[in-house]
Amino acid sequence: MAAAHRPRLAVWKFASCDGCQLSVLDLEDELLAIADRVEIANFREASSAVAEGPYDVSLVEGSITTAEDARRIREVRARSRLLVTIGACATAGGIQALRNFADVEEFRRIVYARPEYISTLTTSTPIREHVAVDLELRGCPISKAQLLETISAILTDRAPNIPGESVCIECKRRGNVCVLVARGTPCLGPVTQAGCGAICPAFHRGCYGCFGPQDTPNAASLSPTLAALGLSPGEIQRFYRTFNAAAPAFRAAADAEARGRP
Amino acid sequence: MASVGDRRRIDRGSFPALLAALRSEGYRVLGPTLRDAAIVYDEITTEADLPIGWTDRQGPGTYRLERRNDGALFGYTVGPSSWKRQLFPARERLWTARRTGEGFEVAPEPPDERPVAILGARACEIAAIAVTDRVFDGAHRDPGYYARRGRLFVVAVQCGQAGATCFCTSMNTGPGVTGGFDLSLTEILGPGGHRFLAVVGSEAGGRVLDRVPTVPAGDEDGPAAEAIVARTAASMGRSMDTTGIRELLPSRPEHPRWEVVARRCLACTNCTMVCPTCFCSTTEEVPSLDAEQVERWRRWDSCFNSQFSQLHGGSVRQSTQSRYRQWLTHKLSTWHDQFGTSGCVGCGRCITWCPVGIDLTEEVAAIRTPAPTATAPRGTP
Ligand code: SF4
Ligand code: SF4
Ligand code: SF4
Repeated sequence: MAAAHRPRLAVWKFASCDGCQLSVLDLEDELLAIADRVEIANFREASSAVAEGPYDVSLVEGSITTAEDARRIREVRARSRLLVTIGACATAGGIQALRNFADVEEFRRIVYARPEYISTLTTSTPIREHVAVDLELRGCPISKAQLLETISAILTDRAPNIPGESVCIECKRRGNVCVLVARGTPCLGPVTQAGCGAICPAFHRGCYGCFGPQDTPNAASLSPTLAALGLSPGEIQRFYRTFNAAAPAFRAAADAEARGRP
Repeated sequence: MASVGDRRRIDRGSFPALLAALRSEGYRVLGPTLRDAAIVYDEITTEADLPIGWTDRQGPGTYRLERRNDGALFGYTVGPSSWKRQLFPARERLWTARRTGEGFEVAPEPPDERPVAILGARACEIAAIAVTDRVFDGAHRDPGYYARRGRLFVVAVQCGQAGATCFCTSMNTGPGVTGGFDLSLTEILGPGGHRFLAVVGSEAGGRVLDRVPTVPAGDEDGPAAEAIVARTAASMGRSMDTTGIRELLPSRPEHPRWEVVARRCLACTNCTMVCPTCFCSTTEEVPSLDAEQVERWRRWDSCFNSQFSQLHGGSVRQSTQSRYRQWLTHKLSTWHDQFGTSGCVGCGRCITWCPVGIDLTEEVAAIRTPAPTATAPRGTP
């Protein structure tokens, strides 16, 4: 993309908490430089001024939980040259994908005073299951550094550097002492994709997997270690079932606990 | 003036003078310190920064700090950090390029000139530095590594105990320190008082020692130090039979054990990160948003990552099995072809810091055992 042309950027929200969009606003120091090079054509979280499509880049936050969402995402796709999904909701279905393993009808009756007002699908699904996605940025929320890298890559027309490696490699580069080995603290870092900078282990907490599975996850080997550290099958299941509960590798790991370990 | 080969005694009370001497000779001192439930290497300013009276208990996938019942300064074995980070940083900017009127200008990263003293380098760690010296030398001699290497002052400490994951005796790298140091220390506890036997390994070492109150080593100091090393050698937690290992591993690529270990391996990279000789890296260009400037960064990478062997069209080593086999075979066999040495110094870090406790000594032993006939490996006697 030539520097002369300012790419038009749009930010869209589906079922989500707005946290990833806030990460976009959180690029305070860089926002002016970005606004210089990118036309922010549609970003309701930041501005009510909306320019019609088509867009060069659409950042999509949130998962698909209603029939209306499913229709609207196809429209966004049709008006966007590049579609980048941002965050655990958009890339894996988010925490709301817990409904995929339960009875949504029952939730509706228990939670809402007027259940008849609620029109929802029985599943929360990632954007990828509905339309073609050009790039996924993981995390709950996404990492500012990865977002910036993506914008910079789009501006210079190159592939962004978003490794599929584990959190452990970032943890070690950062010089953290492994909480699993040195403290016996359960950690999902070995099966989780890097990108966060290994923040949780830096504060003596285990990674809870908010970036979803790394590119070759081996949860079947990590789970017995978590059990040996004292987690019950139910606890291991809940460990995998958070923001990326519906990501296939985490879902399978949680289901395996329900079946029991041989 | 203390000269190379001199053996002198430093009393425990004079130890702070050694730290002071290193600083007055202009060194930034890095050494062992307690942080985040482990003994790691970091900046040392006073004796109180050292893990006095602490030790560690290690095993496959586990490390715990424990109190000692004495005041030993160096009464622990190697932990999660290694001096690799000092010579080959986890992240390093290599150069910066800026647009000029016509083209661009490249400015290499200015070297950090301050000399560094590493305090407490163990025999296996000195052996590891000798290995990385070869790795970063040759046709692609690494200027950053050698700039840092050239101003490194090594204070070795002979090990007074072996950990449960140590096997330096199998790799002929320890526990006795035989060279590669400016000063070597043996910490002697017990009869005769808490003291150190110091050996001068270089002129720079002699200059530092001249600033420390010492007396010539007594008749009993040398034998006491030898006894400590012998006791450590006799208490290795692990061993590895290295007979014919160069031929063994490449000759058994189909051994069923590779699949067994791959079922456990998390492809998490921890083993390669903690290994003092693993040297793989990747580089990344980081442009400014206005595209007026770009920085090239190098960061640690690992053969356990799928993208490490990414060529156009995909990763060459898709399976964890192929990655583990590559790692172990390179480390113990093809490293010899490439660098004229083994890539393993027997420090045991990869065993301790593997979250699932995979133990390379066990894997080698299993692969040494011929597979059942149906899958008889090629080239077995
Ligand atoms: S603390 Fe967690 S993320 Fe860090 S190295 Fe250990 S297992 Fe991996
Ligand atoms: S392979 Fe393991 S035991 Fe050998 S030097 Fe590396 S970390 Fe130490
Ligand atoms: S051997 Fe252990 S530390 Fe190394 S990649 Fe496999 S699971 Fe991780």
